[in-house]
Amino acid sequence: MIANYLHFYGGVHPAEDKLAKGNSIQVAPLRETYLVPLQMHIGAPAKLLVAKGDKVLRGQMIGEANGFVSAPVHSPTSGVIKDVTTALNPTGARIPAVLLESDGEDKACEMLEPIKDWQNAETDVLRKRVGEAGVVGMGGASFPALVKLSPSKPVDTLIINGVECEPCLTADHRLMLEHTERVITGCLIVGRLLNVKEIKFGIELNKPDALAKLQEVAKGTKVQICPLHVRYPQGAEKQLIYALTGRKVPSGGLPMDVGCVVQNVASVAVTAEAICDGKPLYERIVTVTGRPVVNPGNWLVRVGTRLADLIRLAGGVKEDPAKIISGGPMMGFSVYSLDIPVMKNTSGLVLLSRSEIVQYQSKSCLHCGRCNDACPMQLMPSLLSQIIESGKFDMAEQWHVMDCIECGCCSYICPAQRPLVQHMRRGKMEVTAIRKARKG
Amino acid sequence: MLGALIFLLIGIVVGLAVALVVKFFGVQGNPLLEQISELMPGANCGGCGYAGCASYAKALAEREARPGACPSMSKEAAHKIAVLTGMHEEEREPMTAVVLCSGDEDKASRRAGYNGVNNCRDAVLVAQGAKSCSYGCLGLGACAQVCQFGAIEITEHHIAVVHPELCRACGRCVAACPKHLIKLVPKSMPVQVFCSSPERGAVKLKYCKGACIGCGKCVRSLGSEHISLVGGMAVVNAENPPSAEITSLCPTGALRTLDRRGGK
Repeated sequence: MIANYLHFYGGVHPAEDKLAKGNSIQVAPLRETYLVPLQMHIGAPAKLLVAKGDKVLRGQMIGEANGFVSAPVHSPTSGVIKDVTTALNPTGARIPAVLLESDGEDKACEMLEPIKDWQNAETDVLRKRVGEAGVVGMGGASFPALVKLSPSKPVDTLIINGVECEPCLTADHRLMLEHTERVITGCLIVGRLLNVKEIKFGIELNKPDALAKLQEVAKGTKVQICPLHVRYPQGAEKQLIYALTGRKVPSGGLPMDVGCVVQNVASVAVTAEAICDGKPLYERIVTVTGRPVVNPGNWLVRVGTRLADLIRLAGGVKEDPAKIISGGPMMGFSVYSLDIPVMKNTSGLVLLSRSEIVQYQSKSCLHCGRCNDACPMQLMPSLLSQIIESGKFDMAEQWHVMDCIECGCCSYICPAQRPLVQHMRRGKMEVTAIRKARKG
Repeated sequence: MLGALIFLLIGIVVGLAVALVVKFFGVQGNPLLEQISELMPGANCGGCGYAGCASYAKALAEREARPGACPSMSKEAAHKIAVLTGMHEEEREPMTAVVLCSGDEDKASRRAGYNGVNNCRDAVLVAQGAKSCSYGCLGLGACAQVCQFGAIEITEHHIAVVHPELCRACGRCVAACPKHLIKLVPKSMPVQVFCSSPERGAVKLKYCKGACIGCGKCVRSLGSEHISLVGGMAVVNAENPPSAEITSLCPTGALRTLDRRGGK
């Protein structure tokens, strides 16, 4: 069981703080209302199929995919559409949404036909189902799964991301431990869809219970369980591909350029549900954790549940949180409102107490070079941040600012507490604008 | 002594050589371009649409640009260039930038604390900025940073204010503001509505005491030929603007003169 895989460049190892790793997944009780966003994926927002006052059932499609890079949205419960409105998303943007008032019956609509015999089914049928069920990448980027599963280049390796390298979060850990069969079935389905030679399942050694269970269930199947050393950001696509296969995704390229497709473990689990049970994606496992939370834990919640309801589920707070983060503490977004709904890519809600927050005064760069050592993309954050601060964005482009994955290693390690990731994001924003202008 | 003589000799020989090269191979400069270049303000602000004063002067000498395009140039200089190039001189209305927001620290609330890079363009990347009003001035000075004329001040109440007497209307701040709050208006405009939020009045009032809430007081007293309500917000008719006295009517003080006098 020795992890003899490669070590990607850089990275850090923040305190794990996985408070909820021993707490099994609980099913969240129904809420009175749900605010269901119509854009829980990268791409065009779903086209609304219902109107104000309509009655809907659980699993009913309320928004259909609007184009290829898009995904449908399904009703999380039965009830009445109270309003067609907007919702805030964690980045602070307003997105179209519907307000659904639950009737408390949670009556399911006629679900999609289960495809029990997926080993022999046509791959086109399976692929269509993945699209219909609204499966998106649930690790955070929420890229529509259908697009990922229709690669335009030959793919020989499927990589399953069960790394969960973000501190605090435990949703994927519990999923792998409690629904191991479903996860492995999902891996095999996606593997068959892509017709790959190898399925590599990356998991870090800090989840020994899930690792043992996975190895037991995956025995005799095509899925290879690959234990990895604990290192952040191992769950980032390019880093995971390197750790498991030694292939390097070129700058600006996609995993399929090196013959890989990476899927998150939660996404393959819902893919399995969509195919074997015909269940569309309308609920997901969310970790609610942090020191101020009374009962940190993992809940199976419906999409559209407000963040305030998540905190209520966890028994409220012991002390006033100073910062609330949607997602993990390294890459998540700090939010200013608890009316933000849970989306398909919300993996957790982390509350930080006053003592855990550093209100810093950013200082000048010390030229110590620690960020350059920590950057998993082998960029030079020390240099880039200064280039960007002085507004030389074309130079930032030459120094590959667009390759930054915003993992936060540089900011985490910086002894001068410089907001390096923010500089990088600014640089990426300006370079995107420059490129757009250049195109005309 | 000998060394000094040798150097003197080298100096004379090289000087002669340079003089000869210039005499026979020198490129004649464009005297028109030189004359025009001397009249340029030298601010290199880019307000004319060219990369800087030198490229604008070149375009003028080649008669590709109009003499009135430079916002920083005095009228006399523009007239001289028009005479030099023989081009028609366009009458140019003096413009100024205005920051269309009234929500300073005293009036507008914040929805979160912000502790990051001190620049509006960075701040909008964190949940669209810390002000409760998504359309409000963040007061971190992205506009003031790009202004070459020192015309934009970030007041002690954390809001950007343009001083019209210093502004040359080059438009750099317009492009720099991530909230798109800055517009160029004629300097002769007596009043302006200092609010950019398209939200409903009641919503705005929750966040900001200085917003235009669309009460219509100004419209009722003056009639819609001077000022009208469009989508719950007062809009000044640029062709026929109201006089500065109207500012005393505005209950929130969003309607003010360009130098932000009047109101409450």
